[in-house]
Amino acid sequence: MSDVALDQEQGRSFARGQKIRKVLTYVFLTIWALVVLFPFYWMVLTSIKTYSSYNGEYVPQLVATDPTLQNYTDAFTAVPLARYFTNTVIFTVITTALMLMVIVLAAFAFSRLDFAGKDLLFTVFLSLMMIPNELVIITNFVTITDLGLRNTFTGLILPSVTSVFYIYLLKENFDQIPDELYKAAKVDGTSDFKYLMRVMIPICKPTIITVLLLKVIECWNSYVWPRLITDNQLYFLVSNGIQEIRENGFGRENIPAMMAAVVVISIPLIVLFIIFRKKIMEGVSRGGTKG
Amino acid sequence: MNTRSLKGWLYLIPAIAFLGVFVVYPLFDVFIYSFEEGYNSASQTYFGVGTYNYSYVLRDPYFIQALKNTFILVIITVPLSTLLALAISVALSSIKKLQELYQTIYFLPYVTNTLAVGLVFMILFQKTPYSDGFVNQIIMAFGGNAVDFIDGPYWAKMTVMCIYTIWVVLPFKILILTSALASVNPDYYKAARVDGTSSWRIFYRITLPMISPMIFYLIITGFIGAFKAYGDVVGIFGTNLNAAGMNTIVGYVYDMLYGNSGGYPSYASAAALILFVIVLTITCINLLVQRRSVQTS
Repeated sequence: MSDVALDQEQGRSFARGQKIRKVLTYVFLTIWALVVLFPFYWMVLTSIKTYSSYNGEYVPQLVATDPTLQNYTDAFTAVPLARYFTNTVIFTVITTALMLMVIVLAAFAFSRLDFAGKDLLFTVFLSLMMIPNELVIITNFVTITDLGLRNTFTGLILPSVTSVFYIYLLKENFDQIPDELYKAAKVDGTSDFKYLMRVMIPICKPTIITVLLLKVIECWNSYVWPRLITDNQLYFLVSNGIQEIRENGFGRENIPAMMAAVVVISIPLIVLFIIFRKKIMEGVSRGGTKG
Repeated sequence: MNTRSLKGWLYLIPAIAFLGVFVVYPLFDVFIYSFEEGYNSASQTYFGVGTYNYSYVLRDPYFIQALKNTFILVIITVPLSTLLALAISVALSSIKKLQELYQTIYFLPYVTNTLAVGLVFMILFQKTPYSDGFVNQIIMAFGGNAVDFIDGPYWAKMTVMCIYTIWVVLPFKILILTSALASVNPDYYKAARVDGTSSWRIFYRITLPMISPMIFYLIITGFIGAFKAYGDVVGIFGTNLNAAGMNTIVGYVYDMLYGNSGGYPSYASAAALILFVIVLTITCINLLVQRRSVQTS
């Protein structure tokens, strides 16, 4: 065999090695994708099985032989799922709106206004970021209980309104807007508040939307606080609602109906994710936790 | 104070009010609670001041169980999830086709309600008189014996808890690591390839050092997150975690505060502060290790 042929032979085996490696990479990635997707498939699948066929399957089947939507009807009629759902929407919308107002005002003050004690106050704010929720929740529970705000939306919402981290994130963004704009506006006699509303908020819209999305996800999934502060089903959110359904729900172990409720609860965030995929992922990599 | 100063504070009033009432005041209050002995939440009275709450909590078998569960969970899930995320991210950044699709799929668990999906994991692992459940079918197909993962032996319950925790925390880690990998300067790889460096060596000598700050960041946040495990566990085992023997430190705090075993904010405060000290210690150790390994490399 000549040297050229040997080189070609080596080149070919190298190319084959690359190919095998690539196939293995895809196999590995696909297996993990299946592991991630399987629970979602299983919950949708179980939710369309009839009660009798689900309980009749000693070996769980991977397809539904007689799909039904009865479980969804049950989920909305036998348990107050619609109530939990509406409560969560109200809670999420009000909390997020209030939070946006508070953090925009605070970020604006830290970024554009000069006042005595600003640096010290900002340092104090930043240091508050290190306080874990578990430490303060005990007193908050007592405070809200003493104020007689258990089982009210006010009690649910108030402690979740501020977030130092989002103030920080927004302030950083406000800082990037050139000062000349502010000075020009001042010369024109524009008030600070008008400048904030007309100039800064529109420019920083992408960051504000990111903060909004992250807060909505957080609100939708919050469990600990609603569980502590409500024991009246009229004020349950989806997280403690689904626990209630699990423990005292459909009277008997009706897994398919339970899964229908789980699907209903999961859909809003998944839809939100599909629409705002890029923004959410970018936002989480900048400031998400839960890991 | 001049009017400009006043205006600055005016804009900050809402934030200061909320933080003051719901973060700063509780922070001092939790210390006070934890040292008030025999506090009665109904009459708001207490007998004395001391460290009794701490010694009570540290001797409470439920707390010891919660401590043990949490430590096992941390020790298993933090390294495993970080390694798995690293493997997935490296594989993900080596491909071009379908990369976005895989990325999107891997992120899905992040946007799901962990309590709701915990129920799905429960039915996948559960063994009932009517069915062995899906996971047990697979185990039996490989010649194993069916195990009740939800009401069965401790190791089985711990396995489900770890698997679910890893499933929940991976999206964040994969996201951070893929963006870290994407930011490594491609010139390094080109130079190494010209020199004929093997791909394993490239990974070990170039990729790993370049992304090590992010790996450390993930390990630290991973420790903190795993020590605070609670919601995922409730999703699988239900709210009565003490009965299931699967309580966590955070779960113990909330059980002391509220529910059938609740009404003891002093014990809850002591337990929360113990958790805080543990997390702080581990974070400091992590930071020290990180500083040392960055200096030597």
